[in-house]
Amino acid sequence: MQVLLPHSLDEALAIKADHPEALPLNGGTDLMVELNFGRLRPAAIVDLNRVAELTAWREQDGHVFLGSGVTYTSIVREMQAYKPLVQASRSVGSPQIRNRGTVGGNLGTASPAGDALPVLAAYDAEVILQSRARGERSLPWNLFLTGPKKTAIAPDELIIGTSWRRLRGPGSFSKIGTRNAMVIAVAGLCLVIDEERRRVNVALGSVGPTILRATQAEERVAAALTTSGTWDDRSAPLNPQWVDEFAELVAQAAQPLDDVRGTAAYRRHGCRVLAKRAISWALSEWRLPTWL
Amino acid sequence: MVVRTRVNGEWREADVWPGTSLLVFLREALGLYGSKNACEQGECGSCSVWLDGTLTCSCLVLAAQAHEREVRTVESLTRGDQLHPIQEAFLEAGAVQCGFCTPGFVVAVADLLEKDANPSPATVREALSGNLCRCTGYQKIVDAVHLAAARQRAGA
Ligand SMILES: Cc1cc2nc3c(=O)[nH]c(=O)nc-3n(C[C@H](O)[C@H](O)[C@H](O)COP(=O)(O)OP(=O)(O)OC[C@H]3O[C@@H](n4cnc5c(N)ncnc54)[C@H](O)[C@@H]3O)c2cc1C
Ligand code: FES
Ligand code: FES
Repeated sequence: MQVLLPHSLDEALAIKADHPEALPLNGGTDLMVELNFGRLRPAAIVDLNRVAELTAWREQDGHVFLGSGVTYTSIVREMQAYKPLVQASRSVGSPQIRNRGTVGGNLGTASPAGDALPVLAAYDAEVILQSRARGERSLPWNLFLTGPKKTAIAPDELIIGTSWRRLRGPGSFSKIGTRNAMVIAVAGLCLVIDEERRRVNVALGSVGPTILRATQAEERVAAALTTSGTWDDRSAPLNPQWVDEFAELVAQAAQPLDDVRGTAAYRRHGCRVLAKRAISWALSEWRLPTWL
Repeated sequence: MVVRTRVNGEWREADVWPGTSLLVFLREALGLYGSKNACEQGECGSCSVWLDGTLTCSCLVLAAQAHEREVRTVESLTRGDQLHPIQEAFLEAGAVQCGFCTPGFVVAVADLLEKDANPSPATVREALSGNLCRCTGYQKIVDAVHLAAARQRAGA
């Protein structure tokens, strides 16, 4: 085994071009487990810790760019304006795991239980990939995540980061698990309201082969908010019946399986509960005076 | 490959298999047995160290990632035979039974108290959520943290 330690993005991309078999290593919180247990014996590893270009995030022209090497701890500390992302980041593992784990690694692993992924899906984020031979390309999250632990990345590419249009409106991420820390989600949900486009985006984690969007639920609740006049007057209440219908449609969008962490029925029920809470939180957050 | 790391203020190097974790590097190559090897999957925190000042599970760091970087281990806390006040507090509060988890907890507590001199009970529990103890039931560990914090604030 060979370990390569590039000091810049150019150097890292050159390594990937010459050694496409080299596995990228970021925080190591997924990859090192595989290595320690002998489940992976890559011919080469390319460590991205020293590639400064990947560890920054920025806002530009109404868009946000999040580098693949930004840790959950940095997100919690620096990105308060992106509440659902902060909530998801805070729920990852433990302080030690959050200090090292990155969103790039979450994307690279592409587990259906990756907690950052429903947030990126609800933001309609794109994943930015780069290779020395073909330069940069951008894929919508749903074309990047092709299945459980499968992505559309080419062997000579690196994940540079993700980018999304900055949304105005409330939102949240929440997950169900057996305790409040160190827990793989049994179900996870991110809901964001996009005031500008008058849309409600809902993404589900841990309840299907990959991250799912509850499209039908999104459309029905956006229409209901039009009927109730809430888009124009935030104090106009949404009929509770619509809240229940929304939660039911979200539950129907799940494609859960039975496994050691929970039954399919429990996961579906979890989605219903998370959906109801998330829409209620968003609407009450919306009703708060803006000066709060 | 030769890994060269500044460990507890001193440059150390060793020739190791490139897939070696920082934990195994510290224990097997450098003979620093304070960091414990229990799960090798980030779950228990008994291998906690600081990498460039950041609290980390050393089992999840490739030794090569620490090349030319700074590592601090639990051994850095004692001065000769003199225990660190956090270690004293663990002893007094009865927070040590088999002791296997203790070094990891002590490092995590030291990290917490460097950032927050007066942590709330909830903050303490959250800060220690990455460390497992199979013996104490945690309450005495939490008591030890508050004792150590109070003494630190009193300048003892
Ligand atoms: C104890 C513990 C608890 C955990 N709890 C949670 C949790 O609550 N929620 C959760 O979502 N996850 C959790 N995880 C999983 C893990 O922490 C996350 O998936 C994290 O985001 C991985 O990031 P990393 O930087 O450590 O990835 P790494 O392990 O470095 O890499 C992961 C994968 O991505 C690839 N990769 C990394 N960076 C790039 C890049 N720039 N380009 C291309 N490929 C890349 C790697 O080759 C590898 O296949 C936990 C892990 C542990 C050990
Ligand atoms: S040995 Fe590293 S966390 Fe358990
Ligand atoms: S004292 Fe035995 S594991 Fe904590």
